[in-house]
Amino acid sequence: MINIENLCKTFGHNKAVDGLSFTVERGEVLGFLGPNGAGKSTTMRMITGFLPPSAGRVSIGNYDVAKSPLQAKRLMGYLPENAACYSDMSVHGFLSFVAEMRGLSGDAKRRSVQRVAELCFLGSVLQQQIDTLSKGYKHRTCLAQALIHDPEVLVMDEPTDGLDPNQKHELRSLIREMGRTKAVIFSTHILEEVDAACSRAIIIDRGRIVANGTPAELKNMSEFAGAVTLVAQGADAHKLAALAPAGRVEPLGGGGMRVYPRDRGASAVLVKAIMQLVAHEGWKIEALRTEEGHLDEVFRSITLPDTAKSASAVRDTQAVA
Amino acid sequence: MNSSIANVRNIAKRELGSYFTSPVAYVFLVIFLLLTGFFAFTIGNFFERGEASLASFFVWHPWLYLVLVPAIGMRVWSEERRSGTMELLLTLPVNPWEAILAKFLASWAFLALALALTFPIVITVNLLGDPDNGQILAGYVGSLLLAGAYLAITCMTSAMSRNQVVAFILSVVLCLFLILAGFNPVTDLLTRWASPALVDAVAAFSVVTHYDNFQKGVIDARDLLYFASLLGFALFATSVIIRNHRSA
Ligand SMILES: Nc1ncnc2c1ncn2[C@@H]1O[C@H](COP(=O)(O)OP(=O)(O)OP(=O)(O)O)[C@@H](O)[C@H]1O
Ligand SMILES: [Mg+2]
Repeated sequence: MINIENLCKTFGHNKAVDGLSFTVERGEVLGFLGPNGAGKSTTMRMITGFLPPSAGRVSIGNYDVAKSPLQAKRLMGYLPENAACYSDMSVHGFLSFVAEMRGLSGDAKRRSVQRVAELCFLGSVLQQQIDTLSKGYKHRTCLAQALIHDPEVLVMDEPTDGLDPNQKHELRSLIREMGRTKAVIFSTHILEEVDAACSRAIIIDRGRIVANGTPAELKNMSEFAGAVTLVAQGADAHKLAALAPAGRVEPLGGGGMRVYPRDRGASAVLVKAIMQLVAHEGWKIEALRTEEGHLDEVFRSITLPDTAKSASAVRDTQAVA
Repeated sequence: MNSSIANVRNIAKRELGSYFTSPVAYVFLVIFLLLTGFFAFTIGNFFERGEASLASFFVWHPWLYLVLVPAIGMRVWSEERRSGTMELLLTLPVNPWEAILAKFLASWAFLALALALTFPIVITVNLLGDPDNGQILAGYVGSLLLAGAYLAITCMTSAMSRNQVVAFILSVVLCLFLILAGFNPVTDLLTRWASPALVDAVAAFSVVTHYDNFQKGVIDARDLLYFASLLGFALFATSVIIRNHRSA
């Protein structure tokens, strides 16, 4: 549904987006991650046709956004970054306006306003002026606006920004639900959301894609991924390191050890070998687990500039020691 | 085509509605009526003239509008840019020109309403004497076009800046220039240095030259064409500014 080829955007000398290409199909929820200023919002503005790209193209369904913007925009719902709404209108008036602009009228308009008001829990504030709403309610009003025509493609820039934990939870399930039938792309700084809602995630940094995969694949990029943590009385790091499938052994506080597999993916073999060793040596096991990768660690390791990366590595080892 | 008309109508309706949800509209209408009345009756010597016409009413409009029209038009695009709703508006399925036209028409309709509310003065001269109502009608048409011209220029300056004050000052300066080019004291001054042909050419750019013809009761195609092209140019410039702003 969303097809992006070699998309670029330059502001003066600043390359905000630098040759992005990816696609989002119907039934997919793509999480769009990246540090501040990475170019997420700029990319979304180009997808929705607000900013013209400096190079490259975007198509939605069969429509090129640059050549047939109206048809492309009809297929899309968009929640902009700051979630700006016409603040002098009531929630109901604003949603009706957007519904009319989306070509809905009469009964269909009334029904869709009611539907999104329920979806976004706006029932109690429908008659209130948007000016006087709290931040979260404003955000939900703007979200409701994006859903009003039940679009096939949904583009959301930080949709959970400013929502309370309950609303965040509701929205994530809503996104997952909608992702079954629509093509959804949303940006976020909250990495748990990738696990909770995305079928795939892209990490960009300085306008380029640095990682692209399912949440599980991204986690596997973590250096922890597949490591085995063992807490046992009498455990001996040298004996662990001598095991055939074991690589580096890192001592943790409190008698724990973290054993990294020699090659990634060999974690099951490693667990088996460790179990045998423990049984053979008669160590008393308190805990044994295989580590999953941490997304935030992956995120940091690929988006930090190199100097900062080594500084943070030094900090980490100090913390362990 | 149908969807274009619907878009223009929906945006204009929203825009017009937003004038009336704040006190701005009512304050403006009261000030407008007070000022037009004040200028016509006291400074314009409406009664002392002893003639049944609205000349003393219309003659002040180019100066009154100089401040009042930018005050109404300055927010049209600045506010959208400042608050970020422009991103929302332009990612809805609309052509930018539909939004530009709709916003212009809504503000123009508001100014037309303000002008229409001056009708008691027409009743007054008709009760006191026997005026040429055709001339009065032409006067109103000219005044509405004048307001439209200033408004289109204000829309343009409003698209330039996210700051309403900047938009206001820019449009006052531009409109002042359009007045002065044909303002008698200025043209008299110019004739000392420039050839009469040049002075006439400059004066032909002035709103006042064309506005005066309407006050004489003449609706000339050339004057209509002048206002139409001024409006068209300013609104076209608005669309260029908006496009450039987005592709900055
Ligand atoms: N209108 C603009 N003019 C000039 N530079 C811009 C403009 N918009 C964005 N930029 C620059 O483009 C880069 C990318 O900005 P963008 O807003 O896309 O980042 P982002 O990934 O959304 O960041 P955040 O996580 O903070 O929202 C930044 O360096 C920003 O300064
Ligand atoms: Mg952003």
